[in-house]
Amino acid sequence: MQRLCDCCSNPATVHETLVENGVKTEVHLCAEHAVERGLIVPGPHGPALVVAKLLQGQLSAQQPARRAVKTCPTCGSSMQSIREAGLAGCPLCYRHFEEELGALINRAQGGATVHVGRHPAHAAELVDRAALRNKLARELREAVSREEYERAAKIRDRLQALGGQVSDAFAEPDACGAEEGGTSP
Amino acid sequence: MTPSESNSTDGVPMNPTPPSASSPHASRLVHFDDTQPPPDADCVLSSRIRLARNLLGFHFVNKASPPMLADVVHRVQSARFSGPFAGGVRWVNVQATAPADRLLLFERNLISRPFVEAQHPRGVAISSDESASVMVNEEDHLRLQMLAPGLQLVALAERMFALDAELEHSLEFAFHPRFGYLTACPTNVGTGIRVSAMLHLPALRMLEELDKVQRAAKDLHLAVRGFHGEGTDALGDFFQVSNQVTLGRSEIDIVAEFNGVIVPRFIAYERAARTALLERDAEALDDRIYRALGILRTCRLLTLDEAIKFLSRLRLGAATGRLTEVPLTLIDRLLLEVQPAHLSRTTGCELGADRAARAEFVRRSLR
Repeated sequence: MQRLCDCCSNPATVHETLVENGVKTEVHLCAEHAVERGLIVPGPHGPALVVAKLLQGQLSAQQPARRAVKTCPTCGSSMQSIREAGLAGCPLCYRHFEEELGALINRAQGGATVHVGRHPAHAAELVDRAALRNKLARELREAVSREEYERAAKIRDRLQALGGQVSDAFAEPDACGAEEGGTSP
Repeated sequence: MTPSESNSTDGVPMNPTPPSASSPHASRLVHFDDTQPPPDADCVLSSRIRLARNLLGFHFVNKASPPMLADVVHRVQSARFSGPFAGGVRWVNVQATAPADRLLLFERNLISRPFVEAQHPRGVAISSDESASVMVNEEDHLRLQMLAPGLQLVALAERMFALDAELEHSLEFAFHPRFGYLTACPTNVGTGIRVSAMLHLPALRMLEELDKVQRAAKDLHLAVRGFHGEGTDALGDFFQVSNQVTLGRSEIDIVAEFNGVIVPRFIAYERAARTALLERDAEALDDRIYRALGILRTCRLLTLDEAIKFLSRLRLGAATGRLTEVPLTLIDRLLLEVQPAHLSRTTGCELGADRAARAEFVRRSLR
């Protein structure tokens, strides 16, 4: 499945994986945002990885590795600053730090992970898509548990077409029923 | 109503007339049925519902620049308000308002303590009956609030949802399909709803059974706070309980449970404690109530804490029928009017140097 840019809805073309102290962080960016973040430079034959990145292994041997802090491209908040202030910086922080904030919210909300209830009219389609993704995820789990692999493959394709992660279908079984039970305004 | 119809007082201090009985704690504020006392007023001083909303495309308040915050105020002021605001929207530019007037708004539960003290561009829209307010640029861009005396959360919720839907026509709220309405504090996401009731629990305190309330609150994932909500102390047996879980349950479920199960449980504890006190030694209870009345009618210096403490005892007397000469509505009005900014406005006394003025004011009111 085509990954989307962490900062916008364009396809991601630059992928950076950082493993530090056993923790893996992945960044996926479109060319425009990769240039903005200094991962690539617009060269004469199109965008190219910056030399510093290509030589990262050698450079790190000569100077202490700097910790790459993931920040929200809109407001500049990091997870550390959000934790310290107890406040996110902007609505897009929730998209950029979805995984980290999701874990924090899950603990604070007694295990709840998915919104149920009112939503603005402009988000109706998003809510419907999310509900459908959860429904497909549940069907996928059922199909796999019954070893109906052909049916599971079809469901997987539909799920991926909707932008859903197959791995999520097995990571958050509680989320599905909850969202389907939601009420609209 | 449209902004052009609103009686905007942008930058102008609050209504200069002295506070009247129309306070969040008084029984004439939001009377859905004026012929009946508010439901469960013997144990519930007031009900409140708050919704947190943020505008898409803007940093949250803690990260936004002053011009961005001013833009948020402008956008909300340009929005259409309805429901409790149909009778008029009173806008107060809190940044340009005198400290004493900000305190007055706080004492009337129309704005929060952080909103009094903040420095950035912010404002509050207040409905003509003071049952509704919208703080702009508190922790979130919008904090919609509805207040009513007694236990009236379901009626408040209906009005709140109507206002929310109306505002949504003019403002685009930040929303995420998984996290719901996005708030500056990650623990408020989802519905963004905070449902609360100000409980009066004097008998439980007298019987030293408040731990029962604390235990139940913990089991039910509730927050227990003081007289003016978050960050304030309990005064005179008044406790604000509110929900903490905002994600994974619909607003309707949260309100229905709070109104129909949670608050009634605390009311039942308190009523049982009152019955136990009366059965154990009615004369001793009467003595505490009438001693409080005696002090309030004769004292010459009265601190706020003392006033709330003794008014709380009078309230217990009025609610149980042991004290008939002072109505509950007067006691609830005094609970508001003995507070510093109100007292200063009414009597002209200096803020913070008001013990004598408070004593005289209460003596006169209880004559």
